[in-house]
Amino acid sequence: MRDRLIFTGQLLFTLFVAAFLVVPAILSISAGVTVNYFRGISSGVTLQWVFQVWDLYAGTILLSFVIAFATLAVTLLAGVPSAYALHIRGGRLSRIVEEIITLPLAIPGLAIALALLFTYQGFGSFRRSWLFILTGHVIFTMPFMVRSVMAVFATVDIRTLDEGAASLGASPWRRFRDVIVPNAVPGILGGSLMVVTLSLGEFNLTWMLHTPLTKTLPIGLADAYASMRLEVASAYTLIFFVMIIPLLIAMQMFADREQRR
Amino acid sequence: MSATLGHGASVRIEACGKTFADGTRALEPATLDIARGETLVLLGPSGCGKTTMLRIIAGLELPDAGGRVLFDGNDMTAVPIEQRNVGMVFQSYALFPNMSVADNIGYGLKIRGMARKERAARIAELVVLTNITGLENRRVDQLSGGQRQRVALARAVAIRPGILLLDEPLTALDAALRDRLRGELNRLLRALGITTIYVTHDQSEAMELGDRIVVMQKGAIAQIGTPREIYFTPKNRFVAEFIGAANIVESPVENGHLVLPGGRQPIGGDANLPAAVAMIRPETIRVVEAGGAPLCGIIDSVSFIGDRQRMIVSGASGKFLTVDAPNTIKAQAGERIGLLIAPDAVRLLPPEH
Repeated sequence: MRDRLIFTGQLLFTLFVAAFLVVPAILSISAGVTVNYFRGISSGVTLQWVFQVWDLYAGTILLSFVIAFATLAVTLLAGVPSAYALHIRGGRLSRIVEEIITLPLAIPGLAIALALLFTYQGFGSFRRSWLFILTGHVIFTMPFMVRSVMAVFATVDIRTLDEGAASLGASPWRRFRDVIVPNAVPGILGGSLMVVTLSLGEFNLTWMLHTPLTKTLPIGLADAYASMRLEVASAYTLIFFVMIIPLLIAMQMFADREQRR
Repeated sequence: MSATLGHGASVRIEACGKTFADGTRALEPATLDIARGETLVLLGPSGCGKTTMLRIIAGLELPDAGGRVLFDGNDMTAVPIEQRNVGMVFQSYALFPNMSVADNIGYGLKIRGMARKERAARIAELVVLTNITGLENRRVDQLSGGQRQRVALARAVAIRPGILLLDEPLTALDAALRDRLRGELNRLLRALGITTIYVTHDQSEAMELGDRIVVMQKGAIAQIGTPREIYFTPKNRFVAEFIGAANIVESPVENGHLVLPGGRQPIGGDANLPAAVAMIRPETIRVVEAGGAPLCGIIDSVSFIGDRQRMIVSGASGKFLTVDAPNTIKAQAGERIGLLIAPDAVRLLPPEH
């Protein structure tokens, strides 16, 4: 009886906390399918706003995913080997490099964006392409990949595994492929999840870096709220959810399965 | 890759010292020759430089400038570990968690490009040799400590290395298992006949496994010798005390006798020394009747160990004297006894500075 009470109490508290996050999202999403938000749901339910958004922003949405997965590719290709090198080499220099990689977490996105704009203002075609946003996203998400992989390296004693593989004749590349990466999988998956999520939702860096032709989902959303009917912006939120939630769940399931193996 | 069982390479390390980046001197420049097929044990307390020496031989550490490592007379100093054809067993075993037992054992063979079929045959051979039949498809984290140790050994010898290097391979196991595996390991090493360098801090492991033992102290070699030489004729007090139990007696010598509080103990010859340090092993002391014995003392305590009993005797030398007596002698604390020690069982050690 007492256990039941405690359980019910905990459940209510959890739902209460979750409500802070869930209720505004539900309100926003429901506004996206209402004919007239100011008259409420009684005005009728429609998908017209959703189609309108899709017509206007399909390219933006696609670009967002392209940038997110390109960011993932770059952070994987550069981040995992860096984490390996930093962990194996150790010492003060590695510490300093690690700190520098982590710095973008502490510096406001606006400052990073300004620095990028100053640096690359002379490279017009690069400045105008989506690769410019990719650069910003890589800088911003890299620490999550490197840190997450390094955390795993620290728990599995990767240095000794590396020496073990070396003693059996494996070259550095074979060691990296056969032993280091397979044993870093939990960290790589965790890092990938973070990188994709952060890249898809990143706003303040992207807002500074984008051009009218290189917009991502959150920029489009801000655009819609600023310049169009509330229903359109809300429909945008709906699309955002529909695209991202299944992706996140899929990645999470994949990570869980890998971890259990 | 023509190395067959029962051979291996000879090893010479020449003036190999090691100073770490932070300035710590881990190893004084040392020179050492290891014969083909020999089992050499590096023995010493933690921090004595034994693991550093092993890692230099393995190629995991570079010796300080001037040091050289030679296998069969070829300079290997600059050759990385992956090209030295050494087999290594790590203290933590370093088994790959992402591979099965069989894949762990076969990894070195796969690297060498051995065909799948040949590889499977070699793995099967090693599974039998190291007594782990039935575990081939297990994951590493499903193995006990003893099983992991066997897999690590199988993996290291699978590649038919020229030299087998073992870094405290039994330390991570509990005492009973350690004793059993020590015997097994000894038989296996004898059967392989491969050049083996074995690092340990456990003197009984060193005694059982080593053809020769290198006793190390504070980054330097204290003594090199067969287990018998090390045990019976230690070069200094550190070696005497580190290997087995030893009574260290400090006293003057008159006409070839140690002058002790409990009597005069002959040491052979007729030397006279104002101050000497002598070592007497507990099992070389015979307990006799007090009357007429050259050395007498009073039993302070007796502990029954099983195969023998250990007596602590006071009043014979300046300090307590440890005596290992047969388990049949009836003796009690407080009893006065005589101690009979053959003159050649007393070994004079160089004085300390």
